[in-house]
Amino acid sequence: MREWVQVLGRHGIQALKTLGVAGIFLFQTLWGRPRLKTALPLWIAQIYAIGVLSLMIMIVSGLFIGMVLALQGYNILTRYGSEQALGQMVALTLLRELGPVVTALLFAGRAGSALTAEIGLMKATEQLASMEMIGVDPLHRIVAPRFWAGVLCMPLLALIFSSVGVLGAYWVGVDWLGVDSGSFWANMQDSVIFQNDVMNGIIKSGVFGIVVTWISLFQGYDCIPTAEGISRATTRTVVYASLAVLGLDFLLTAVMFGG
Amino acid sequence: MGMKNLELIVGAFILMGGMALAFLALEVSGLSHQSSEQTYRIHAHFDNVGGLTVRAKVTMAGVIIGRVADIHLDQKTFSAVVEMDILKSVNHISRDSTAAILTAGLLGEKYIGISQGADEELLTEDSWIEDTQPALVLEELIGKFLFNKLNTPSNTQH
Repeated sequence: MREWVQVLGRHGIQALKTLGVAGIFLFQTLWGRPRLKTALPLWIAQIYAIGVLSLMIMIVSGLFIGMVLALQGYNILTRYGSEQALGQMVALTLLRELGPVVTALLFAGRAGSALTAEIGLMKATEQLASMEMIGVDPLHRIVAPRFWAGVLCMPLLALIFSSVGVLGAYWVGVDWLGVDSGSFWANMQDSVIFQNDVMNGIIKSGVFGIVVTWISLFQGYDCIPTAEGISRATTRTVVYASLAVLGLDFLLTAVMFGG
Repeated sequence: MGMKNLELIVGAFILMGGMALAFLALEVSGLSHQSSEQTYRIHAHFDNVGGLTVRAKVTMAGVIIGRVADIHLDQKTFSAVVEMDILKSVNHISRDSTAAILTAGLLGEKYIGISQGADEELLTEDSWIEDTQPALVLEELIGKFLFNKLNTPSNTQH
């Protein structure tokens, strides 16, 4: 019994320690005035690597998720003779939940794991250490541009995801299944409120962007600099980021739409 | 890849995100529809608003002439107060018009239907509609119907 409590305590202290180190890591990354001249090109290059290269998977998954939602929703709604509510259902589902959450999960898999592996390999090949040797802070040079790029790209990708999903649902619902185009849009516009649904979706995806990028960068920076260590860190990134996204999503939903 | 190309692609990506936001704002949430047109505010007391929601339609002869802006409880009379924004272009509604809460289809959404009265005086900003009909609550109707059905046989035996 005593040993069991001791093990629990050790794990608790370990977890808190890691969280503290991760917090200091984030603070040090963001601290200090960035020199715009040098930071901007790095930032743009990272937006390309993180955002633009993730665009294709987001568009394809958004399209298919919108189409599947329309197909499933139509089958259920038509039973109650209210298939004109299809647009409303698809838009609210995408904007409030699926847009931010699925984008964040895909983002963790597509961009987050790449970030961890990249920084982990930099650490293993001692690029980060040699940077420090020549007086360049790797946190500012390597980590900060990636962090800001991730924070900017996540909401943009989620917005694109939701838009493409709505268009996919329109295509399946209106062109294929024969829902009236007018009532598809009118019902959607009646029920979607910009300030509530679209803005809360953006806030959600911004929070997810911060969390996923933070976890990915920290796992890479903190990993054991061996081949096995990098592979473990990459796995941890995807697992922790996904769990954090799903848990935070429940919290945010409860705050935004719960009461 | 040159820096120029990179900047171009990233710019296009950010632009695409902005376009997605504009699409969600204008097409999906219909932001332009509510803000572009001038409206005036009228109020009405209802005994029961049923499932009426904010942003529900206000119609006259089936044509949309406005939206429900706010619903709250009047603490003095314990009835619901519904605030409606009516389009400025619809400015010939007489003061004794009737407002009723109606249902689109059997299980559809609730909306407000206004039928024109005969008074010469017109509804203007901040005026009240006095004559209202509450929402038909289906459960109450069924309850009343069952109650009547159960009561009638016992009444006839006496």
